[in-house]
Amino acid sequence: MPEGTVIRPYGDTTGDGMVQVSFTLPVPPGPQADGAALQLARKMGLEPAMVVHSHGIGGGGGTAGDGYTFFVVYGSVRHLVDLDAVAVEERAYPLLSPSEVNLAIRSRLGRKLVVLGACIGTDAHTVGIDAILNLKGFAGEKGLEYYREMSVANLGAQVSVPELVARARTARADAVLVSQVVTQKDAHLRNTRELAAAFREAMGERRPLLVVGGPRFDPGAAGELGVDRVFGRGTTPGEVASYLVHALVPEGLPA
Amino acid sequence: MTPRLELDPLLVARARELAARAAEPVVELARRHTTVSVERAVLRLAGLTGTDPLTGGGGTENTVPWVNRVVDAVREQVGLEHGVALPVWHALASGTAPSLQALAEQVGAGTARFTLPEGADADRARAAARTAVARGIARIDANRRRREELVATHGDPPRRPWIYLIVATGDIHEDIPQAQAAARAGADVIAVIRSTGQSLLDFVPEGATRTGYAGTYATQENFRLMRAALDETSAELGRYVRLTNYASGLCMPEIAVLAGLERLDMMLNDAMYGILFRDINPQRTFVDQRFSRMVHARAGIIINTGEDNYLTTADAVDEAHTVTVSQLLNERFAHEAGLADWQLGLGHAFEIDPDRRESFRLELAHAMLARALFPDAPLKWMPPTKHMTGDVFRGYLLDGFFNLAGALTGQGILLVGMMTEAVVTPWLSDRDLALRNVRYVLDAAGGLVEDFAPPTGGFIDRRAHTVLTEAVQLLEKIAAHEGGLLQAIADGTFGITRRPPDGGKGLDGVVRLAAGAWNPALALLDREPADA
Repeated sequence: MPEGTVIRPYGDTTGDGMVQVSFTLPVPPGPQADGAALQLARKMGLEPAMVVHSHGIGGGGGTAGDGYTFFVVYGSVRHLVDLDAVAVEERAYPLLSPSEVNLAIRSRLGRKLVVLGACIGTDAHTVGIDAILNLKGFAGEKGLEYYREMSVANLGAQVSVPELVARARTARADAVLVSQVVTQKDAHLRNTRELAAAFREAMGERRPLLVVGGPRFDPGAAGELGVDRVFGRGTTPGEVASYLVHALVPEGLPA
Repeated sequence: MTPRLELDPLLVARARELAARAAEPVVELARRHTTVSVERAVLRLAGLTGTDPLTGGGGTENTVPWVNRVVDAVREQVGLEHGVALPVWHALASGTAPSLQALAEQVGAGTARFTLPEGADADRARAAARTAVARGIARIDANRRRREELVATHGDPPRRPWIYLIVATGDIHEDIPQAQAAARAGADVIAVIRSTGQSLLDFVPEGATRTGYAGTYATQENFRLMRAALDETSAELGRYVRLTNYASGLCMPEIAVLAGLERLDMMLNDAMYGILFRDINPQRTFVDQRFSRMVHARAGIIINTGEDNYLTTADAVDEAHTVTVSQLLNERFAHEAGLADWQLGLGHAFEIDPDRRESFRLELAHAMLARALFPDAPLKWMPPTKHMTGDVFRGYLLDGFFNLAGALTGQGILLVGMMTEAVVTPWLSDRDLALRNVRYVLDAAGGLVEDFAPPTGGFIDRRAHTVLTEAVQLLEKIAAHEGGLLQAIADGTFGITRRPPDGGKGLDGVVRLAAGAWNPALALLDREPADA
């Protein structure tokens, strides 16, 4: 480990700054293409840089019929890294893997975590709740059904708020997840307030954790809407699962 | 081509007998029911296309096809217990509308009235329906002949396995140049992944689409555009490039029909995937898959099954036998629907944890078991995904071993693995590097299948035997299960999900058939093609 807080990349000698990059340029292979790659490398701060490999892509077999060229470039990067200036963004809760989620529930809750999901209002688009709950999942992550320590029921679309409250009570749900994808004139906000009010009225303090999500929601609006958490566009099942553990599973080890 | 692995013939026979027994109640269930999608597929075969213009607003996802409107109207007025054909062609034969399209528009206007014909009226309706649906089936037959001609003209890929590559931009007009470039770079089969969530839509979107998310909508027009583009490329390359899409989800029967009408060559079509991974109702799935497979059989389409998916959720060693069981069930359902062995792209995958000792030998054992158990099926060999971590260098090596296992064990269809799996949707250079990996391995070791004969009693032979034995044990449990396969699925036998027969999406689209029910497509598909 080098001393001090200013460092450079390490190839085989301290301070040599060596990095390796690969990229594609939309030009046929040849001397001009290699020159273009070197120019890009210099502008990226690699000096000196070497194009150690290039080949055409596009079915032309290395001729001008190839419209693209792939490069592997090695070079010494001019830039310095100041470790003191590195800011690490802390999440309010850690992102857990499925096995960590399962372990946390099993060891610290000691029973299955019960999760209900639904679309409320007139919205028939279950793609959001399905992405989070279905085994198939989303963005390469399995949905909550994949988590052995969760008992998950997906009630589907157009579930009425009173029905959702009744199902949550019967199932003793720990968390209720509601997704709204297609919405007009802020119906998603009205629906969410109605949801929060109905659970408050029916169950008071003993209501389940309320989580809503959808592309039109502002993730900062949970308090204003009367729910515990709002997830926006691009949320993955792992983020939701990690949040549920954070919010519902007691900290620390069991006795 | 078939590697030498001697399986116990008694055990193999027992496995097939049990698979047939487990499948039987489900086949019976499929015979006794129809679904809204099966009935819509009948109307599509009869040539009904387009959407109700009055249902627009909100783009592709919110327009209702005429086939949905007509089936819903028939269901509301007389029920679907007798199928859609009798009331629809009775209305046409009675002169209420000059054509099926005009009748659909009357449904849109709310003026169409449907009744169930009897006696001579029913005979007349049956004859008219048969003629109309036979035109669609004739087009499917003509496409099959056309494919055979094109394969004869341009030729098949020079070697096995066929190289299968995915495009998925969401925009059919972007997909086309990418697919053509992939074919020029060596892909033999192009698959166009569908937009996220299409499997849960209870209608098929229409037209050329540019707005899919993480994939492109399967529509008849998108099928036609892509097939035409690949026909051009096939002529240019002197090699018939095959096109694949997905006959799965709630519209499985309709998509199968559209694939036949537009000469797609392969379709993803698993008996249980929708149930387990998409929470589609089991009864709906089994009724739909039987019809869709009958269409695929007629169209000369190769189906691809989805066993690889089990291994993305369960351990690839502990649960290896569930893959074998599912392959045997898929084979049974496929044979029952009329598919021949050459049409069965049974799935399996290279998903064993690479940190496990002997992982490659275990992969070879599993791959050879599938090869030996289904010697005449083209087996679809799927690359690692679960253990692709973002370390692209390790991923590239792993894909190389995957390709080697494919070559060594004589797989039929090889899906090209991407080192950037789980990082980005493949870049141009990722596809190119992945194809270079495949080409290197097949050029260097493609013939090794001839020399590779694991010794009897050795590690690979013993492991294959163990997995087959475990598969037979599981099949015994399923066959002996009170309530059969449906209840076994409800109990969580496959994957880790439990799917009760009355749960999941699409159950309300399942209808028990009444006496006298009649489906012209089933009647015609049960017969041999006229001039095959």
